[in-house]
Amino acid sequence: MGFTSYASDKENATEESGKDLKTEIKEYIQHHLQDSHDFSLFSYTKENGEHKYVGFPLPIILWDNGLKVFSSSKFHHGEEIAEVDGNHYKLYHSKIYKTDAHGAINYDEEHHPTNAKPLDFSITKNVVMIFITGLLMLWLFTSLAKSYSKNNGVPTGAGRFFEPIVLYIRDDIARPNIGEKRYKKYMPFLLTIFFFIWFLNIFGLTPLGINVTGNIAITFSLAIMTFLITNFTGTKDYWMHQFDPLGKSLPWYGKILLYIILVPIELLGLIIKPFSLLIRLYANMQAGHIVLMSLIGLMFIFKSWLGSPLSFLLAFAISLIEILVALLQAYIFTMLSALYFGFASEEHEHEHEHEAELSH
Amino acid sequence: MEKLLNEFSIGLFFWQTLLFGLLLFLLWKFAWKPILNAVNDREDGIKDALAAAENAKKEMQNVTADSEKLLKEARAEREALLKEAREIKNTIVSDAKELAKTEGDKIIKQAQAAIESEKKAAVADIKNQVANLSVEIAEKVIKEELSDKSKQLKLVEGMLGDIKLN
Amino acid sequence: MEIPLMVGAGLVVIGVGIGIGKIGGSAMDAIARQPEAYGKIQTAMLIAAALIEGIGFAALFAV
Repeated sequence: MGFTSYASDKENATEESGKDLKTEIKEYIQHHLQDSHDFSLFSYTKENGEHKYVGFPLPIILWDNGLKVFSSSKFHHGEEIAEVDGNHYKLYHSKIYKTDAHGAINYDEEHHPTNAKPLDFSITKNVVMIFITGLLMLWLFTSLAKSYSKNNGVPTGAGRFFEPIVLYIRDDIARPNIGEKRYKKYMPFLLTIFFFIWFLNIFGLTPLGINVTGNIAITFSLAIMTFLITNFTGTKDYWMHQFDPLGKSLPWYGKILLYIILVPIELLGLIIKPFSLLIRLYANMQAGHIVLMSLIGLMFIFKSWLGSPLSFLLAFAISLIEILVALLQAYIFTMLSALYFGFASEEHEHEHEHEAELSH
Repeated sequence: MEKLLNEFSIGLFFWQTLLFGLLLFLLWKFAWKPILNAVNDREDGIKDALAAAENAKKEMQNVTADSEKLLKEARAEREALLKEAREIKNTIVSDAKELAKTEGDKIIKQAQAAIESEKKAAVADIKNQVANLSVEIAEKVIKEELSDKSKQLKLVEGMLGDIKLN
Repeated sequence: MEIPLMVGAGLVVIGVGIGIGKIGGSAMDAIARQPEAYGKIQTAMLIAAALIEGIGFAALFAV
Protein backbone atom coordinates (compact mmCIF):
# COMPACT_ATOMS: atom_id res chain seq x y z
CA MET A 1 0.00 0.00 0.00
CA GLY A 2 2.80 2.38 0.81
CA PHE A 3 4.14 1.87 -2.62
CA THR A 4 0.95 2.76 -4.41
CA SER A 5 0.74 6.03 -2.55
CA TYR A 6 4.37 6.52 -3.27
CA ALA A 7 3.71 5.97 -6.95
CA SER A 8 0.99 8.58 -7.04
CA ASP A 9 3.07 10.95 -4.93
CA LYS A 10 5.92 10.62 -7.36
CA GLU A 11 3.78 11.66 -10.25
CA ASN A 12 2.62 14.75 -8.38
CA ALA A 13 5.85 15.87 -6.81
CA THR A 14 8.75 15.00 -8.98
CA GLU A 15 10.23 18.43 -8.55
CA GLU A 16 10.34 18.36 -4.73
CA SER A 17 12.63 15.40 -4.44
CA GLY A 18 13.59 16.11 -0.80
CA LYS A 19 10.05 16.11 0.46
CA ASP A 20 9.31 13.19 -1.77
CA LEU A 21 12.00 11.07 -0.12
CA LYS A 22 10.76 12.00 3.34
CA THR A 23 7.23 11.09 2.44
CA GLU A 24 8.44 7.88 0.94
CA ILE A 25 10.32 6.94 4.08
CA LYS A 26 7.36 7.83 6.24
CA GLU A 27 5.04 5.76 4.12
CA TYR A 28 7.50 2.93 4.07
CA ILE A 29 7.79 2.88 7.86
CA GLN A 30 4.03 2.95 8.24
CA HIS A 31 3.72 0.17 5.75
CA HIS A 32 6.35 -1.86 7.54
CA LEU A 33 4.65 -1.49 10.89
CA GLN A 34 1.41 -2.88 9.60
CA ASP A 35 0.38 -6.35 8.74
CA SER A 36 0.48 -7.23 5.08
CA HIS A 37 -1.46 -9.59 2.89
CA ASP A 38 1.57 -10.82 0.99
CA PHE A 39 4.98 -11.94 2.13
CA SER A 40 7.30 -9.52 0.36
CA LEU A 41 10.96 -9.74 1.25
CA PHE A 42 11.96 -6.56 -0.56
CA SER A 43 10.94 -4.50 -3.52
CA TYR A 44 12.63 -2.24 -6.04
CA THR A 45 11.66 0.02 -8.89
CA LYS A 46 12.77 -0.75 -12.41
CA GLU A 47 14.10 1.84 -14.84
CA ASN A 48 10.74 2.14 -16.51
CA GLY A 49 8.99 2.87 -13.21
CA GLU A 50 7.52 -0.57 -12.79
CA HIS A 51 7.60 -1.96 -9.22
CA LYS A 52 9.10 -5.37 -8.76
CA TYR A 53 8.29 -7.30 -5.58
CA VAL A 54 10.30 -10.24 -4.39
CA GLY A 55 8.30 -12.54 -2.17
CA PHE A 56 5.26 -14.74 -2.38
CA PRO A 57 1.52 -14.19 -2.15
CA LEU A 58 -0.55 -15.44 0.78
CA PRO A 59 -4.10 -16.79 0.82
CA ILE A 60 -6.90 -14.35 1.50
CA ILE A 61 -9.87 -15.66 3.42
CA LEU A 62 -12.91 -13.41 3.61
CA TRP A 63 -16.30 -13.89 5.17
CA ASP A 64 -18.69 -11.87 3.09
CA ASN A 65 -22.00 -13.71 2.78
CA GLY A 66 -20.07 -16.92 2.47
CA LEU A 67 -16.45 -17.94 2.62
CA LYS A 68 -14.24 -16.52 -0.10
CA VAL A 69 -10.71 -17.77 -0.53
CA PHE A 70 -8.29 -16.44 -3.11
CA SER A 71 -4.64 -15.59 -3.50
CA SER A 72 -3.35 -12.16 -2.58
CA SER A 73 -1.59 -12.03 -5.93
CA LYS A 74 -4.96 -10.93 -7.31
CA PHE A 75 -4.45 -7.54 -5.67
CA HIS A 76 -1.07 -7.03 -7.32
CA HIS A 77 0.16 -5.38 -4.15
CA GLY A 78 -2.83 -3.14 -3.92
CA GLU A 79 -2.52 -1.91 -7.45
CA GLU A 80 -5.51 -3.80 -8.78
CA ILE A 81 -9.01 -4.70 -7.76
CA ALA A 82 -9.69 -8.34 -7.06
CA GLU A 83 -12.93 -9.78 -8.33
CA VAL A 84 -14.26 -12.85 -6.61
CA ASP A 85 -17.71 -14.34 -7.27
CA GLY A 86 -18.92 -11.04 -8.66
CA ASN A 87 -17.74 -9.07 -5.62
CA HIS A 88 -14.97 -6.49 -5.95
CA TYR A 89 -12.38 -5.97 -3.26
CA LYS A 90 -9.69 -3.37 -2.99
CA LEU A 91 -6.65 -3.30 -0.73
CA TYR A 92 -6.34 0.13 0.83
CA HIS A 93 -3.88 0.85 3.66
CA SER A 94 -3.49 -2.89 4.25
CA LYS A 95 -7.20 -3.31 4.75
CA ILE A 96 -9.61 -4.96 2.38
CA TYR A 97 -12.66 -2.94 1.37
CA LYS A 98 -15.60 -3.96 -0.72
CA THR A 99 -15.89 -1.67 -3.72
CA ASP A 100 -17.67 -1.39 -7.00
CA ALA A 101 -16.13 -2.62 -10.22
CA HIS A 102 -14.02 0.55 -10.57
CA GLY A 103 -12.55 0.35 -7.11
CA ALA A 104 -13.96 3.65 -5.92
CA ILE A 105 -13.46 4.33 -2.24
CA ASN A 106 -15.68 6.86 -0.51
CA TYR A 107 -14.31 8.90 2.36
CA ASP A 108 -15.95 10.68 5.24
CA GLU A 109 -14.85 14.16 6.29
CA GLU A 110 -11.88 12.79 8.28
CA HIS A 111 -10.60 10.93 5.26
CA HIS A 112 -11.64 7.55 6.57
CA PRO A 113 -13.05 5.14 4.02
CA THR A 114 -16.75 4.45 4.45
CA ASN A 115 -16.84 1.35 2.29
CA ALA A 116 -17.98 -1.94 3.78
CA LYS A 117 -15.25 -4.08 5.27
CA PRO A 118 -15.72 -7.84 4.94
CA LEU A 119 -14.56 -9.98 7.86
CA ASP A 120 -10.95 -10.69 7.04
CA PHE A 121 -9.51 -13.99 8.23
CA SER A 122 -6.64 -13.96 5.79
CA ILE A 123 -3.39 -15.73 6.40
CA THR A 124 -1.35 -12.56 6.57
CA LYS A 125 2.37 -12.07 6.95
CA ASN A 126 2.03 -11.94 10.72
CA VAL A 127 0.02 -15.17 10.80
CA VAL A 128 2.74 -16.85 8.75
CA MET A 129 5.33 -15.53 11.15
CA ILE A 130 3.38 -16.77 14.19
CA PHE A 131 3.14 -20.13 12.50
CA ILE A 132 6.87 -20.26 11.81
CA THR A 133 7.67 -19.19 15.37
CA GLY A 134 5.29 -21.80 16.71
CA LEU A 135 6.93 -24.52 14.64
CA LEU A 136 10.38 -23.35 15.71
CA MET A 137 9.37 -23.42 19.36
CA LEU A 138 7.79 -26.84 19.02
CA TRP A 139 10.89 -28.22 17.37
CA LEU A 140 13.25 -26.54 19.81
CA PHE A 141 11.52 -27.54 23.01
CA THR A 142 10.38 -31.01 22.07
CA SER A 143 13.96 -31.80 21.07
CA LEU A 144 15.07 -30.35 24.40
CA ALA A 145 12.56 -32.58 26.15
CA LYS A 146 13.79 -35.59 24.20
CA SER A 147 17.42 -34.82 24.95
CA TYR A 148 16.56 -35.13 28.64
CA SER A 149 15.18 -38.62 28.30
CA LYS A 150 17.97 -39.68 25.96
CA ASN A 151 20.79 -38.19 27.90
CA ASN A 152 19.84 -39.13 31.42
CA GLY A 153 18.56 -35.73 32.46
CA VAL A 154 21.28 -33.60 30.95
CA PRO A 155 20.43 -31.29 28.04
CA THR A 156 22.51 -31.14 24.90
CA GLY A 157 23.04 -28.57 22.16
CA ALA A 158 20.67 -25.63 22.19
CA GLY A 159 19.11 -27.01 25.34
CA ARG A 160 22.18 -25.91 27.25
CA PHE A 161 21.25 -22.37 26.36
CA PHE A 162 17.51 -22.62 26.95
CA GLU A 163 17.49 -24.70 30.10
CA PRO A 164 18.83 -21.92 32.34
CA ILE A 165 16.14 -19.60 30.96
CA VAL A 166 13.43 -22.15 31.72
CA LEU A 167 14.85 -22.53 35.20
CA TYR A 168 15.06 -18.75 35.61
CA ILE A 169 11.38 -18.39 34.75
CA ARG A 170 10.54 -21.12 37.21
CA ASP A 171 12.77 -19.99 40.07
CA ASP A 172 12.77 -16.21 39.72
CA ILE A 173 9.43 -15.42 38.11
CA ALA A 174 6.91 -18.12 38.94
CA ARG A 175 8.01 -19.30 42.38
CA PRO A 176 8.38 -15.99 44.21
CA ASN A 177 5.33 -14.37 42.59
CA ILE A 178 2.83 -17.20 42.60
CA GLY A 179 4.04 -19.26 45.51
CA GLU A 180 5.64 -22.60 46.07
CA LYS A 181 2.40 -24.57 46.15
CA ARG A 182 0.56 -23.29 43.14
CA TYR A 183 3.19 -22.19 40.64
CA LYS A 184 3.24 -25.50 38.79
CA LYS A 185 -0.05 -25.17 36.97
CA TYR A 186 0.92 -21.77 35.56
CA MET A 187 4.36 -22.79 34.37
CA PRO A 188 3.41 -23.94 30.83
CA PHE A 189 1.60 -20.70 30.10
CA LEU A 190 4.40 -18.53 31.46
CA LEU A 191 7.07 -20.42 29.55
CA THR A 192 5.10 -20.39 26.32
CA ILE A 193 4.27 -16.72 26.52
CA PHE A 194 7.83 -15.75 27.42
CA PHE A 195 9.47 -17.59 24.56
CA PHE A 196 6.70 -16.67 22.13
CA ILE A 197 7.07 -12.95 22.80
CA TRP A 198 10.83 -13.09 22.94
CA PHE A 199 11.22 -14.98 19.67
CA LEU A 200 8.74 -12.76 17.87
CA ASN A 201 10.46 -9.64 19.22
CA ILE A 202 13.80 -10.94 18.01
CA PHE A 203 12.37 -11.86 14.62
CA GLY A 204 11.10 -8.31 14.37
CA LEU A 205 14.70 -7.13 14.60
CA THR A 206 16.01 -9.36 11.83
CA PRO A 207 16.27 -7.85 8.37
CA LEU A 208 12.94 -9.50 7.59
CA GLY A 209 11.64 -7.14 10.25
CA ILE A 210 8.16 -8.52 10.66
CA ASN A 211 6.59 -6.50 13.39
CA VAL A 212 4.31 -9.10 14.98
CA THR A 213 4.40 -8.15 18.64
CA GLY A 214 3.98 -4.50 17.70
CA ASN A 215 0.51 -5.34 16.52
CA ILE A 216 -2.43 -4.50 18.72
CA ALA A 217 -4.41 -7.62 17.82
CA ILE A 218 -1.53 -9.87 18.87
CA THR A 219 -0.88 -8.17 22.18
CA PHE A 220 -4.62 -8.00 22.82
CA SER A 221 -4.88 -11.73 22.34
CA LEU A 222 -1.94 -12.39 24.67
CA ALA A 223 -3.27 -10.05 27.33
CA ILE A 224 -6.77 -11.47 27.19
CA MET A 225 -5.35 -14.92 27.85
CA THR A 226 -3.59 -13.63 30.94
CA PHE A 227 -6.85 -11.94 31.94
CA LEU A 228 -8.92 -15.08 31.46
CA ILE A 229 -6.45 -17.33 33.28
CA THR A 230 -6.17 -14.83 36.12
CA ASN A 231 -9.91 -14.70 36.65
CA PHE A 232 -10.71 -18.34 36.04
CA THR A 233 -8.11 -19.52 38.49
CA GLY A 234 -9.07 -16.82 41.00
CA THR A 235 -9.79 -18.18 44.46
CA LYS A 236 -12.68 -17.31 46.71
CA ASP A 237 -10.45 -14.91 48.57
CA TYR A 238 -9.60 -13.11 45.36
CA TRP A 239 -13.23 -12.52 44.48
CA MET A 240 -14.04 -11.61 48.05
CA HIS A 241 -11.36 -9.00 47.77
CA GLN A 242 -12.86 -7.67 44.54
CA PHE A 243 -16.38 -7.26 45.87
CA ASP A 244 -15.75 -6.89 49.58
CA PRO A 245 -12.36 -5.22 49.90
CA LEU A 246 -12.81 -4.07 53.49
CA GLY A 247 -13.92 -7.42 54.88
CA LYS A 248 -15.12 -7.47 58.47
CA SER A 249 -13.52 -4.22 59.53
CA LEU A 250 -16.72 -2.23 58.96
CA PRO A 251 -20.41 -2.97 59.57
CA TRP A 252 -22.50 -3.33 56.43
CA TYR A 253 -24.19 0.07 56.72
CA GLY A 254 -20.79 1.70 56.82
CA LYS A 255 -19.57 -0.14 53.81
CA ILE A 256 -22.39 0.69 51.42
CA LEU A 257 -21.30 4.28 50.84
CA LEU A 258 -17.66 3.35 50.39
CA TYR A 259 -18.41 0.45 48.15
CA ILE A 260 -20.25 2.58 45.64
CA ILE A 261 -16.84 4.04 44.83
CA LEU A 262 -14.52 1.25 45.86
CA VAL A 263 -15.99 -1.72 44.02
CA PRO A 264 -16.04 -0.06 40.59
CA ILE A 265 -12.40 0.95 41.11
CA GLU A 266 -11.47 -2.61 42.00
CA LEU A 267 -13.33 -3.90 38.97
CA LEU A 268 -11.71 -1.28 36.76
CA GLY A 269 -8.36 -2.50 38.05
CA LEU A 270 -9.21 -5.93 36.70
CA ILE A 271 -9.45 -4.48 33.21
CA ILE A 272 -6.59 -2.01 33.53
CA LYS A 273 -4.05 -4.69 34.42
CA PRO A 274 -4.28 -6.63 31.15
CA PHE A 275 -4.86 -3.41 29.23
CA SER A 276 -1.55 -1.98 30.41
CA LEU A 277 0.07 -5.30 29.52
CA LEU A 278 -1.16 -5.18 25.97
CA ILE A 279 -0.42 -1.50 25.46
CA ARG A 280 3.06 -1.77 26.97
CA LEU A 281 4.20 -4.52 24.65
CA TYR A 282 2.55 -2.94 21.63
CA ALA A 283 3.91 0.53 22.26
CA ASN A 284 7.43 -0.63 23.06
CA MET A 285 7.78 -2.72 19.97
CA GLN A 286 6.06 -0.19 17.77
CA ALA A 287 8.21 2.66 19.08
CA GLY A 288 11.39 0.62 18.72
CA HIS A 289 10.64 -0.15 15.11
CA ILE A 290 9.71 3.43 14.31
CA VAL A 291 12.93 4.79 15.85
CA LEU A 292 15.09 2.19 14.19
CA MET A 293 13.57 2.62 10.77
CA SER A 294 13.61 6.40 11.01
CA LEU A 295 17.32 6.31 11.76
CA ILE A 296 17.91 4.02 8.83
CA GLY A 297 15.80 6.38 6.72
CA LEU A 298 17.91 9.32 7.88
CA MET A 299 20.89 7.76 6.15
CA PHE A 300 19.16 8.22 2.83
CA ILE A 301 18.03 11.73 3.65
CA PHE A 302 21.44 13.01 4.80
CA LYS A 303 23.52 11.51 2.03
CA SER A 304 26.62 13.22 3.44
CA TRP A 305 29.91 12.00 4.82
CA LEU A 306 29.01 13.20 8.29
CA GLY A 307 25.32 12.50 8.59
CA SER A 308 25.06 9.03 7.17
CA PRO A 309 27.77 7.33 9.24
CA LEU A 310 26.39 9.11 12.28
CA SER A 311 22.91 7.84 11.72
CA PHE A 312 24.34 4.43 10.92
CA LEU A 313 26.10 4.38 14.29
CA LEU A 314 22.94 5.57 16.00
CA ALA A 315 20.90 2.90 14.25
CA PHE A 316 23.44 0.32 15.31
CA ALA A 317 23.32 1.46 18.94
CA ILE A 318 19.52 1.52 18.90
CA SER A 319 19.35 -1.98 17.47
CA LEU A 320 21.57 -3.19 20.30
CA ILE A 321 19.21 -1.53 22.75
CA GLU A 322 16.28 -3.06 20.91
CA ILE A 323 17.73 -6.54 21.42
CA LEU A 324 17.73 -5.79 25.12
CA VAL A 325 14.21 -4.37 24.94
CA ALA A 326 13.04 -7.49 23.11
CA LEU A 327 14.13 -9.59 26.06
CA LEU A 328 13.01 -7.08 28.65
CA GLN A 329 9.48 -6.81 27.29
CA ALA A 330 9.11 -10.57 27.18
CA TYR A 331 10.39 -10.69 30.75
CA ILE A 332 8.06 -7.94 31.97
CA PHE A 333 5.04 -9.47 30.30
CA THR A 334 5.79 -12.84 31.87
CA MET A 335 6.66 -11.33 35.21
CA LEU A 336 3.49 -9.25 35.43
CA SER A 337 1.36 -12.17 34.28
CA ALA A 338 2.90 -14.26 37.04
CA LEU A 339 2.23 -11.46 39.49
CA TYR A 340 -1.44 -11.25 38.53
CA PHE A 341 -1.76 -15.03 38.76
CA GLY A 342 -0.18 -14.80 42.16
CA PHE A 343 -2.73 -12.21 43.31
CA ALA A 344 -5.59 -14.29 41.99
CA SER A 345 -4.55 -17.64 43.41
CA GLU A 346 -3.48 -16.31 46.77
CA GLU A 347 -5.20 -17.87 49.73
CA HIS A 348 -5.13 -15.83 52.87
CA GLU A 349 -5.15 -17.27 56.28
CA HIS A 350 -8.33 -15.69 57.47
CA GLU A 351 -7.36 -15.03 61.03
CA HIS A 352 -4.15 -13.47 59.95
CA GLU A 353 -5.94 -11.31 57.43
CA HIS A 354 -8.41 -10.21 60.05
CA GLU A 355 -5.63 -9.17 62.36
CA ALA A 356 -3.90 -7.27 59.61
CA GLU A 357 -7.08 -5.40 58.86
CA LEU A 358 -7.67 -4.56 62.48
CA SER A 359 -4.22 -3.11 62.79
CA HIS A 360 -4.77 -0.73 59.89
CA MET B 1 -7.49 5.15 20.84
CA GLU B 2 -9.16 5.60 17.49
CA LYS B 3 -5.92 4.68 15.74
CA LEU B 4 -5.65 1.56 17.84
CA LEU B 5 -9.18 0.48 17.08
CA ASN B 6 -8.56 1.15 13.43
CA GLU B 7 -5.46 -0.99 13.50
CA PHE B 8 -7.16 -3.83 15.29
CA SER B 9 -7.70 -6.75 12.97
CA ILE B 10 -10.20 -9.40 14.02
CA GLY B 11 -8.67 -11.90 11.63
CA LEU B 12 -5.23 -11.53 13.12
CA PHE B 13 -6.69 -11.78 16.61
CA PHE B 14 -8.51 -14.94 15.64
CA TRP B 15 -5.43 -16.58 14.14
CA GLN B 16 -3.19 -15.49 16.97
CA THR B 17 -5.55 -16.88 19.62
CA LEU B 18 -6.00 -20.11 17.71
CA LEU B 19 -2.34 -20.67 16.95
CA PHE B 20 -1.20 -19.61 20.38
CA GLY B 21 -3.73 -21.89 22.04
CA LEU B 22 -2.58 -24.75 19.88
CA LEU B 23 1.05 -23.96 20.56
CA LEU B 24 0.38 -23.75 24.30
CA PHE B 25 -1.38 -27.10 24.27
CA LEU B 26 1.28 -28.87 22.20
CA LEU B 27 4.18 -27.42 24.14
CA TRP B 28 2.44 -28.22 27.41
CA LYS B 29 2.01 -31.80 26.41
CA PHE B 30 5.24 -32.50 24.56
CA ALA B 31 7.76 -30.04 25.88
CA TRP B 32 7.14 -28.30 29.20
CA LYS B 33 5.82 -31.32 31.03
CA PRO B 34 8.77 -33.59 30.20
CA ILE B 35 11.26 -30.76 30.60
CA LEU B 36 9.97 -29.67 34.00
CA ASN B 37 9.62 -33.26 35.14
CA ALA B 38 13.14 -34.06 34.03
CA VAL B 39 14.48 -30.98 35.77
CA ASN B 40 12.52 -31.81 38.90
CA ASP B 41 13.72 -35.38 38.84
CA ARG B 42 17.26 -34.22 38.41
CA GLU B 43 16.94 -31.76 41.26
CA ASP B 44 15.37 -34.41 43.47
CA GLY B 45 18.20 -36.75 42.50
CA ILE B 46 20.74 -34.12 43.44
CA LYS B 47 18.93 -33.46 46.69
CA ASP B 48 18.83 -37.18 47.47
CA ALA B 49 22.48 -37.58 46.58
CA LEU B 50 23.36 -34.66 48.82
CA ALA B 51 21.29 -36.08 51.64
CA ALA B 52 22.92 -39.47 51.16
CA ALA B 53 26.35 -37.89 51.20
CA GLU B 54 25.39 -36.04 54.35
CA ASN B 55 24.21 -39.28 55.92
CA ALA B 56 27.37 -41.06 54.92
CA LYS B 57 29.37 -38.24 56.40
CA LYS B 58 27.41 -38.47 59.63
CA GLU B 59 27.86 -42.22 59.73
CA MET B 60 31.52 -41.80 59.10
CA GLN B 61 31.63 -39.33 61.94
CA ASN B 62 29.81 -41.79 64.13
CA VAL B 63 32.25 -44.51 63.22
CA THR B 64 35.23 -42.30 63.95
CA ALA B 65 33.61 -41.21 67.17
CA ASP B 66 33.05 -44.84 68.08
CA SER B 67 36.61 -45.84 67.38
CA GLU B 68 37.78 -42.78 69.19
CA LYS B 69 35.69 -43.83 72.13
CA LEU B 70 37.03 -47.37 71.98
CA LEU B 71 40.54 -46.11 71.83
CA LYS B 72 39.90 -43.85 74.77
CA GLU B 73 38.39 -46.67 76.72
CA ALA B 74 41.29 -48.95 75.91
CA ARG B 75 43.71 -46.28 76.94
CA ALA B 76 41.82 -45.69 80.17
CA GLU B 77 41.77 -49.41 80.83
CA ARG B 78 45.48 -49.68 80.25
CA GLU B 79 46.00 -46.76 82.53
CA ALA B 80 43.82 -48.34 85.19
CA LEU B 81 45.61 -51.66 84.85
CA LEU B 82 48.98 -50.02 85.16
CA LYS B 83 47.81 -48.07 88.16
CA GLU B 84 46.48 -51.19 89.78
CA ALA B 85 49.68 -53.04 89.11
CA ARG B 86 51.68 -50.24 90.58
CA GLU B 87 49.49 -50.22 93.62
CA ILE B 88 49.79 -53.96 94.02
CA LYS B 89 53.53 -53.69 93.67
CA ASN B 90 53.62 -50.95 96.26
CA THR B 91 51.50 -52.88 98.70
CA ILE B 92 53.53 -56.02 98.17
CA VAL B 93 56.73 -54.15 98.72
CA SER B 94 55.42 -52.34 101.77
CA ASP B 95 53.92 -55.55 103.16
CA ALA B 96 57.20 -57.32 102.69
CA LYS B 97 59.02 -54.46 104.33
CA GLU B 98 56.65 -54.52 107.24
CA LEU B 99 56.91 -58.24 107.59
CA ALA B 100 60.68 -58.14 107.42
CA LYS B 101 60.78 -55.38 109.95
CA THR B 102 58.51 -57.10 112.44
CA GLU B 103 60.28 -60.37 111.88
CA GLY B 104 63.66 -58.68 112.42
CA ASP B 105 62.39 -56.90 115.49
CA LYS B 106 61.12 -60.15 116.85
CA ILE B 107 64.45 -61.87 116.21
CA ILE B 108 66.32 -58.98 117.74
CA LYS B 109 64.08 -59.05 120.80
CA GLN B 110 64.55 -62.76 121.20
CA ALA B 111 68.27 -62.35 120.81
CA GLN B 112 68.26 -59.54 123.32
CA ALA B 113 66.28 -61.65 125.76
CA ALA B 114 68.65 -64.56 125.27
CA ILE B 115 71.64 -62.29 125.76
CA GLU B 116 70.06 -60.86 128.89
CA SER B 117 69.39 -64.25 130.40
CA GLU B 118 72.87 -65.47 129.47
CA LYS B 119 74.28 -62.35 131.03
CA LYS B 120 72.27 -62.87 134.19
CA ALA B 121 73.33 -66.45 134.36
CA ALA B 122 76.94 -65.47 133.81
CA VAL B 123 76.75 -62.75 136.46
CA ALA B 124 75.19 -65.18 138.92
CA ASP B 125 77.90 -67.70 138.20
CA ILE B 126 80.59 -65.13 138.66
CA LYS B 127 79.00 -64.06 141.95
CA ASN B 128 79.05 -67.63 143.21
CA GLN B 129 82.62 -68.13 142.19
CA VAL B 130 83.65 -64.81 143.73
CA ALA B 131 81.85 -65.75 146.95
CA ASN B 132 83.51 -69.19 147.11
CA LEU B 133 86.86 -67.67 146.26
CA SER B 134 86.56 -65.00 148.91
CA VAL B 135 85.47 -67.53 151.49
CA GLU B 136 88.49 -69.69 150.68
CA ILE B 137 90.76 -66.69 150.78
CA ALA B 138 89.23 -65.59 154.00
CA GLU B 139 89.71 -69.13 155.44
CA LYS B 140 93.37 -69.15 154.41
CA VAL B 141 93.95 -65.65 155.77
CA ILE B 142 92.32 -66.45 159.05
CA LYS B 143 94.22 -69.71 159.30
CA GLU B 144 97.46 -67.74 158.80
CA GLU B 145 96.50 -65.06 161.32
CA LEU B 146 95.54 -67.34 164.10
CA SER B 147 98.64 -69.57 163.91
CA ASP B 148 100.57 -67.74 166.62
CA LYS B 149 99.43 -66.61 170.05
CA SER B 150 100.65 -63.13 170.21
CA LYS B 151 99.01 -62.13 167.05
CA GLN B 152 95.72 -63.51 168.32
CA LEU B 153 96.05 -61.51 171.50
CA LYS B 154 96.95 -58.34 169.70
CA LEU B 155 93.89 -58.64 167.52
CA VAL B 156 91.64 -59.20 170.43
CA GLU B 157 93.16 -56.23 172.19
CA GLY B 158 92.72 -54.04 169.16
CA MET B 159 89.17 -54.98 168.88
CA LEU B 160 88.58 -54.44 172.57
CA GLY B 161 90.17 -51.00 172.35
CA ASP B 162 87.74 -49.97 169.66
CA ILE B 163 84.86 -51.13 171.73
CA LYS B 164 86.09 -49.07 174.71
CA LEU B 165 85.95 -45.95 172.81
CA ASN B 166 82.35 -46.61 172.13
CA MET C 1 -5.64 15.08 17.28
CA GLU C 2 -5.87 18.65 18.38
CA ILE C 3 -2.91 20.62 19.62
CA PRO C 4 -4.06 21.09 23.30
CA LEU C 5 -4.78 17.39 23.53
CA MET C 6 -1.31 16.55 22.34
CA VAL C 7 0.24 19.05 24.74
CA GLY C 8 -1.74 17.47 27.55
CA ALA C 9 -0.53 14.04 26.56
CA GLY C 10 3.01 15.38 26.50
CA LEU C 11 2.61 16.78 30.00
CA VAL C 12 1.29 13.45 31.23
CA VAL C 13 4.24 11.67 29.68
CA ILE C 14 6.64 14.08 31.40
CA GLY C 15 4.95 13.33 34.71
CA VAL C 16 5.08 9.61 34.09
CA GLY C 17 8.73 9.86 33.16
CA ILE C 18 9.57 11.70 36.36
CA GLY C 19 7.55 9.20 38.36
CA ILE C 20 9.19 6.13 36.88
CA GLY C 21 12.57 7.80 37.16
CA LYS C 22 12.01 8.36 40.86
CA ILE C 23 10.90 4.78 41.34
CA GLY C 24 13.99 3.51 39.54
CA GLY C 25 16.26 5.83 41.52
CA SER C 26 14.77 4.86 44.84
CA ALA C 27 15.01 1.20 43.90
CA MET C 28 18.70 1.69 43.12
CA ASP C 29 19.19 3.35 46.51
CA ALA C 30 17.35 0.53 48.21
CA ILE C 31 19.39 -2.11 46.41
CA ALA C 32 22.61 -0.32 47.28
CA ARG C 33 21.52 -0.28 50.90
CA GLN C 34 20.28 -3.85 51.00
CA PRO C 35 21.73 -5.87 48.16
CA GLU C 36 20.33 -9.08 49.63
CA ALA C 37 16.75 -7.84 49.09
CA TYR C 38 17.41 -7.32 45.38
CA GLY C 39 14.64 -9.64 44.17
CA LYS C 40 11.91 -8.18 46.35
CA ILE C 41 12.87 -4.60 45.55
CA GLN C 42 12.92 -5.35 41.85
CA THR C 43 9.45 -6.88 41.94
CA ALA C 44 8.01 -3.98 43.89
CA MET C 45 9.71 -1.54 41.53
CA LEU C 46 8.29 -3.25 38.46
CA ILE C 47 4.76 -3.28 39.88
CA ALA C 48 4.87 0.39 40.76
CA ALA C 49 6.43 1.33 37.43
CA ALA C 50 3.88 -0.76 35.56
CA LEU C 51 0.97 0.94 37.30
CA ILE C 52 2.30 4.41 36.48
CA GLU C 53 3.15 3.40 32.96
CA GLY C 54 -0.47 2.40 32.48
CA ILE C 55 -1.53 6.01 33.05
CA GLY C 56 1.04 7.19 30.54
CA PHE C 57 -0.29 4.82 27.92
CA ALA C 58 -3.83 5.84 28.64
CA ALA C 59 -2.85 9.45 28.03
CA LEU C 60 -0.96 8.66 24.85
CA PHE C 61 -3.72 6.66 23.33
CA ALA C 62 -6.46 9.01 24.41
CA VAL C 63 -4.99 11.50 21.95
